[in-house]
Amino acid sequence: MAPTLPIYMDYHATTPLDRRVLDAMLPYFCETFGNAASRSHVFGWRAEEAVEVARERVARLIGADSSKEIAFTSGATESDNLAIKGVAEFYKDKGDHIITSAIEHKAVLDSCKRLEKQGFKVTYLGVDKQGMVSPDDVARAITDKTILVSIMLANNEVGTVQPIAEIGAVTRKRGVLLHCDAVQGVGKVPFDVAKMHVDLASISAHKMYGPKGVGALYVRRSKPRVRLVAQMDGGGHERGMRSGTLNVPGIVGFGRAAELATSEGEAEAMRLTTLRERLAKKLFQIEAVTLNGHPTARLPGNLNVAFSYVEGEAMMMAIRDVAVSSGSACTSASLEPSYVLRAMGVDEEFAHSSIRFGLGRFTTEEEVDYVGQLVTDKVHALREMSPLWEMAQAGIDLKSIEWAAH
Amino acid sequence: MAYSEKVIEHYENPKNVGTLDKDADDVGTGLVGAPACGDVMRLQIKVSDEGVIEDAKFKTFGCGSAIASSSLATEWLKGKRVDEAETIKNSMIAEELNLPPVKIHCSVLAEDAIKSAIADFKQKQAAKRALQGG
Repeated sequence: MAPTLPIYMDYHATTPLDRRVLDAMLPYFCETFGNAASRSHVFGWRAEEAVEVARERVARLIGADSSKEIAFTSGATESDNLAIKGVAEFYKDKGDHIITSAIEHKAVLDSCKRLEKQGFKVTYLGVDKQGMVSPDDVARAITDKTILVSIMLANNEVGTVQPIAEIGAVTRKRGVLLHCDAVQGVGKVPFDVAKMHVDLASISAHKMYGPKGVGALYVRRSKPRVRLVAQMDGGGHERGMRSGTLNVPGIVGFGRAAELATSEGEAEAMRLTTLRERLAKKLFQIEAVTLNGHPTARLPGNLNVAFSYVEGEAMMMAIRDVAVSSGSACTSASLEPSYVLRAMGVDEEFAHSSIRFGLGRFTTEEEVDYVGQLVTDKVHALREMSPLWEMAQAGIDLKSIEWAAH
Repeated sequence: MAYSEKVIEHYENPKNVGTLDKDADDVGTGLVGAPACGDVMRLQIKVSDEGVIEDAKFKTFGCGSAIASSSLATEWLKGKRVDEAETIKNSMIAEELNLPPVKIHCSVLAEDAIKSAIADFKQKQAAKRALQGG
């Protein structure tokens, strides 16, 4: 049976709201609309009660000891900013050194860059060819001035899942705080702040079938008690960590999404791994196709592949009824190819030819089969149009040619 | 980014995809761009004894706008005299395809490919004349 078009395979960018999440949210717009900070009447109490239920659910999803360790934010970008800048500002007398990796989300990298301008020193750890950060590199980079290590749980482009437990063992032993941008991995791969010794964690609702505009920052309250300086001044909401009236319906939706991820995440991960492998099997029947990222330590719904001699944006245009993402320069505003792929040492021509397929909760087998066949046909068609393919077929080594870079 | 209808039309029905004999005297080949930059264009022209471009072919590794620019270029080249072909400017291609600013470089590449193909043809002719003269 032909699936309905267009097909969404960009679940790393955002996810649709789960109907069950929407149902949970609806009463909090028109009926239970109170301000959770209104302490003197029932409208406020009801809103606060709903927020606290959501807080519990989010805490449970990531293994936090207490819901008091969850601060709601506007999203993971804000959580990353608050964690990194907030910790740096609080602990600046203790040290001025931060460690992160070259493949972090821009919210982490750009927060670090801003701190560098203020005089902090930042080490950007490299990754191996499969996009993995080495815990040994983290250990080696730590100095007596290091106050924070920030490493993501899973990479948004290539899906590589980082050894957070091993890194956590290092940072805990050395007395350095560990922040984890867990946006892509939480609810999909094992993540437990207690077992992994994570001290701060950023998560986002809209990557897990919740609404956009809501996120959370986990801030450990004991052993060690993490302190930070708020980056938003105002009414002192969220235990003084994040001022601003709480987005009650959004938070309620986030809570419901977290509850669903806790109860269904594992089964869903298995289903998605099977679907992903089905797509991979089909695509790897094509000649000259390479996998980007790690073969096994990988987000269940992530498949990132380079179709050599075919440019990524042309590929996306050829499969316009399928929403995917590309590592090609042409799809980014900056005209730079993916910094993640470059950090992994992937040749630029491969970066330009890379496509990220992101599968998720509502992806079907029919969709996967349709996309597998469509991509196969289009790769062949575009290669017929590619001078590089013709040269490669004629046995010309493309690296032997002196290309005029432009 | 949204594509103009003309880009989509050329992309979906590219004109003159193919290969001419690069070793033939009457064929000029231009290969411009670089794989690392994400676009490579190969444009070829076949010129009659009267100096008229009787055939043009291309193959392009690049985005939709790059493919459309080279497809359009081959269409414009066919039937033109070589000296007329030299007057094709990237701005004309960009205007015809309604390229957004970030895609202007695709039309620049197409102009370079035309110039490079013509230069190759002229060089071959000069070499031929030198050989005949000697």
